Amino acid sequence: MDVTEYIKLVFTDYTLRTITLGTAVLGAVCGMLGSFAVLRKQSLLGDAISHAALPGIAIAFLISGAKDSNVLLLGALVSGLIGTFWIRGIITKTHLKADTALGLILSLFFGFGMLLLTFIQKQPNANQAGLDKYLFGQAATLVESDVWLMATVTGICFVVLMLFWKEFKILLFDADYTKTLGFNTKFIDILITTFIVLAIVLGLQTVGVVLMSAMLLAPAAAARQWTNSLGIMIILAAIFGAFSGVFGTAISASQNNLSTGPIIVIIAGIFVIISFIFSPNRGLLFKQIRFIKNRRDLQLNKTLAFMHQIAKTHESISHPHTVKILNNFQGYTRSTLQQLVNKNYVKLEGNMWSLTEEGFTKASNLYNQQTSDNE
Amino acid sequence: MNKIAVKVDDLTVAYNYKPVLWDIDLEIPEGVLMAIVGPNGAGKSTLIKSILGILKPIAGSVSIYGKSYKKQRSLVAYVPQKGSVDWDFPTTALDVVMMGTYGSLGWIKRPGIKEKKSALEALEKVGMLPFKNRQISQLSGGQQQRIFLARALVQNASIYFMDEPFQGVDATTEIAIINILKELRKANKTVIVVHHDLQTVPEYFDWVTFLNVKKIATGPVKDIFNDDNLTKTYGINYKVSIQE
Repeated sequence: MDVTEYIKLVFTDYTLRTITLGTAVLGAVCGMLGSFAVLRKQSLLGDAISHAALPGIAIAFLISGAKDSNVLLLGALVSGLIGTFWIRGIITKTHLKADTALGLILSLFFGFGMLLLTFIQKQPNANQAGLDKYLFGQAATLVESDVWLMATVTGICFVVLMLFWKEFKILLFDADYTKTLGFNTKFIDILITTFIVLAIVLGLQTVGVVLMSAMLLAPAAAARQWTNSLGIMIILAAIFGAFSGVFGTAISASQNNLSTGPIIVIIAGIFVIISFIFSPNRGLLFKQIRFIKNRRDLQLNKTLAFMHQIAKTHESISHPHTVKILNNFQGYTRSTLQQLVNKNYVKLEGNMWSLTEEGFTKASNLYNQQTSDNE
Repeated sequence: MNKIAVKVDDLTVAYNYKPVLWDIDLEIPEGVLMAIVGPNGAGKSTLIKSILGILKPIAGSVSIYGKSYKKQRSLVAYVPQKGSVDWDFPTTALDVVMMGTYGSLGWIKRPGIKEKKSALEALEKVGMLPFKNRQISQLSGGQQQRIFLARALVQNASIYFMDEPFQGVDATTEIAIINILKELRKANKTVIVVHHDLQTVPEYFDWVTFLNVKKIATGPVKDIFNDDNLTKTYGINYKVSIQE
């Protein structure tokens, strides 16, 4: 299937359209809320919550005996929330560190969930087949009502975000200070965490328990590289997330039998890699380029300063000197000399060089200028 | 005698079983510039945090101008330790200072022109106006400290609690900060500072509290800042270092 054919299909084929919309909305809401998780340094929380949701799915199935996705997700929500509050409880009530609490709850709940899944598989109930799709997710099972649910939650989440924008921001930055201003930080915290749990639960059907945390973190981590504004970061994360969903679905739909969840996660990962390398301020590439450029400039300035030292000892600054004199000086090369000539700081005649008026002024201001740059 | 700005009664705080603060009674008169000094682990930060309700004490009570802290919150501003936040957070200097207005705004309401104006004024006061749009990670340690100070100034409080505002700042910034603190005192504000540099106590402050889990002494610097109290607080003889 080629690209144009695919695009046509997205608009005409009901199933494909539903799945594309679903993964896009999911990516957007995850990116949005993932930004909070990343900025609070609670990246692993998402992983713990999604794993903690598994036993809820199994128990919901055992109780209801049916595979209604809404009932199962409700189970996931409850057990995800229980897991979250246990993690918080362990952190505040004991002296264990957050990573220990997260790891503990993650593996305990996941282990219990797996136990229940194998138990269910041994049951004669024919309905049980396919429960394990919640491990890695299966976007193909998305139906219109799922997408509506996702869109509704995303909408509510967006409204709450706009309402409590200032409270969210200050809590993320400085929780203790927020408390002294009279805000109920516990309430804000629970609000954020609840939405993160909701987003995770919504994504379980599509991306699955195991990979869900990547949906949350990857778009946010990528977005952070491009901006220094919280608002733009969240918008970017939502866009990256949505695009990961759309591209992932497209690739999995055009390549038969590639499961959607992992592909979405890989696309999100590619966004991260590209951002790490190519973002203008924080990216590795431009950092390295800036480093090399700064080093070159410094070499040039050093040479100029050295020439200035020599020129100062003569009455006329344009007094010519031999190039040889520079040979003892480190950091001097033919090409740096040529660059100084190009900048019109130095005149070169045969084997003799002399400072120009411009070069002399530049050199005398060299250090002053550097200090004022640092201000 | 001045009015009592902050009154602490029988305050005891413990992590696990180990008391960090033991039965602290403290009266801070209005309009003083007070240093809290004591060795590491003496509970200086803990004292401030307990007064501000960030930490929950096991016992004791705090009153601000005779009423409970919760009712008087708007009279109190807090400058946390610089290291307590992530300075790589995606926001600008101006934005951080604006946070000082959030308390008076209350829930949901966004800061407007008035709030922005007072934030800019505070930035001006601490000499950081040219950096208002800087991303906070691109500020030096001293500049970050001044941003925190500006954020508290915006609150326009009567009582300021500051946790080591001089930590890791250069001499110029230190002087700039102390001048602002002295100005606050002139305006009859009460300023309480966790302080580490004993040498500068007599020069900067007019009131001092010696703390080492228990309160050792509190009062005017000229009366109680002496070798006896220093030795009691730090456990070693300070005679030489202070008289130099």
